Amino acid sequence: MAPVRVARQEEMRRFDAIVIGGGLVGTAIGYGLARAGRLVVLIDEGDVAYRASRGNFGLVWVQTKGLGAPHYQRWTRASAAAWPLFAGELEERTGIKLGHEQNGGVQLCLSDAELAKRHAMMQQMQVEAGNFGFEYRMLDHAELAAMLPGLGPTVAGASWTPYDGHVNSLLLFHALHKAFAAAGGTYLPDSTVTAAVAAPGDFRIDVGSETLGAPQIVLAAGLGNAALAPLFGLRAPVRPQRGQILVTERTSRTWPIPLGSIRQTPEGSILLGSSEEEVGFDTSQKPEIMRAIARRAVLSFPWLAELQIVRAWSALRVMPPDGLPIYDESERLPGAFTANCHSGVTLAAAHASLFAPMVAAGALDPMLAPFSAKRFDVSAAA
Amino acid sequence: MFRPRPDSRHATICVEVEGRLVRVPAGASAAAAVLIAGLSSIRETPLPTGQARGLKGHGAERGPYCMMGICFDCLAEIDGVPNRQSCMIAARPGMRIRRQRGARAVAMK
Repeated sequence: MAPVRVARQEEMRRFDAIVIGGGLVGTAIGYGLARAGRLVVLIDEGDVAYRASRGNFGLVWVQTKGLGAPHYQRWTRASAAAWPLFAGELEERTGIKLGHEQNGGVQLCLSDAELAKRHAMMQQMQVEAGNFGFEYRMLDHAELAAMLPGLGPTVAGASWTPYDGHVNSLLLFHALHKAFAAAGGTYLPDSTVTAAVAAPGDFRIDVGSETLGAPQIVLAAGLGNAALAPLFGLRAPVRPQRGQILVTERTSRTWPIPLGSIRQTPEGSILLGSSEEEVGFDTSQKPEIMRAIARRAVLSFPWLAELQIVRAWSALRVMPPDGLPIYDESERLPGAFTANCHSGVTLAAAHASLFAPMVAAGALDPMLAPFSAKRFDVSAAA
Repeated sequence: MFRPRPDSRHATICVEVEGRLVRVPAGASAAAAVLIAGLSSIRETPLPTGQARGLKGHGAERGPYCMMGICFDCLAEIDGVPNRQSCMIAARPGMRIRRQRGARAVAMK
C-alpha cells in the first residue's frame, strides 16, 4: 500500500467523509456522520477481515474500565449513559430489536483475595471519578446468593454498578449497517485500500478500480489501523489479543443482569468468557483455555456443569499498548482521524452520538485529548 | 411424510416417541424415530417466532431437519434429559423421546 497516483478529478467520487472499516466502530461512526447529514462512504474489507465485531461478548460494560485513567472511565460512562437512547433510536429506525438491557451488572469474585482486590479497585475508581461520581456496591456471598439463583458456595462476593448492561451485538452490527444505509450512507463491501494520497483536508483513496475523495477520513479499521494510520500522518500501534467464548444450550431465564464473564441472553443462551491471550493473528481455539473458562463458570454456578456447550469461538481484540482507546486527529494532515478500541459494543453509543458529531464539527473535543496516540511517544512521556 | 428406504435393515429397536411405540433399525438416530413416528415437530422454540425482528407470535414448532447436528431443530427430551440433539443420538431399546417445549429448565440446589 503506497501512494502511487493522483486521481484525476473527473474519475473521482466525492464524499464529505470516508470511513475505513465496516466493523462496529466504523459503522457506528459512519451512522453518526450520515445521521448528521454528511455524505459518507464506508469501506469494508469484508468477511476476510478478523472482525472482532462478530466475535465479541456483547457487554455494555463500565465497572472494569478506567482504573488510573479517569478520562476512560468518563468516556465509557458517557457511552453507557447514551446507550438507551441510542438503542431506542436504532430500533425505531431499523425495526431490529437489539436485546439491549442495562439494569446494572455484577463482576463475580471467586475468592476473598479477588474480592478484596476488586473492592480496592472500586474505591480507587470512585476517588478518581471525583465529583463526576462513581456508584458501586460490594456484595457479600449471602446478598449475591439472594440475587443470583444457584450461586456456587465458594463464590466470595461481587462488585455491582448500576451502569452495566448487555446487548445482542450481532443484531447491533446488523442494525448499524441498516441504519447507515437508510441515512444515505454508501457501503462498499469486499474493498481494501490499494493506494492513498493525503493533503490537509483532501484525502483520496483507491479502492479497486475506483478513486474516492473527501475532505475528511476516519480510520476505524481495527487491527488494520496499524498499517493505515501512517499513510495519514497518524499512529495506531494496536495488536491482536485473543479471547475465547463458550455458549451453552438455551435455558429458562435465570439471572436478571449480566455477570461480567458470564451472561445469559434474553433468548436463554449462556455465554461464558473471557480469556486474554497474546498469540498474534491466531484465531484457533485451545482446549486448556476453554477448560479454564468452563471451570470458572462451574465454580460460579455448579449447575452449569449439566449444560451442553453448543458453540465456541475465538476472536481478536484490538488492543492498544495501554489498553485504552486511541482517538486522534492528524496534526500534519487535519481532517484525518483515528478511532481504535477493544470495546466496540460498549462504546458504540459514544462513537455514533459523541465522536461522529465531533468529526462532523471538524475537531475532536478536548475530552478526547488524553486518548491521542501521542501518549506512546517517548518524548511526550519524558 | 417419511418412510424407511426399502433396502434399510430390519426395524428391531423399539422406542417411545411422545407416547407412540415405533420400531427403528439398529444404528438409527432418535430423530429418525421421530420421523418414523410421523411427527411433524418435536420441539417448540424458546422464542416467539420472529421476536428478534419485533414481530409478535408464539413458540414455533420445529422438527428434525438437517439430520447432521447443525440446525438444532430436532432438540428433544430424551430419557428425561432436555435439549438433546436427537439426530446425533442413536436409538436404544426402551428410549423415551419427548417434546422439548421452549428453553430447558435448570435444576438448582
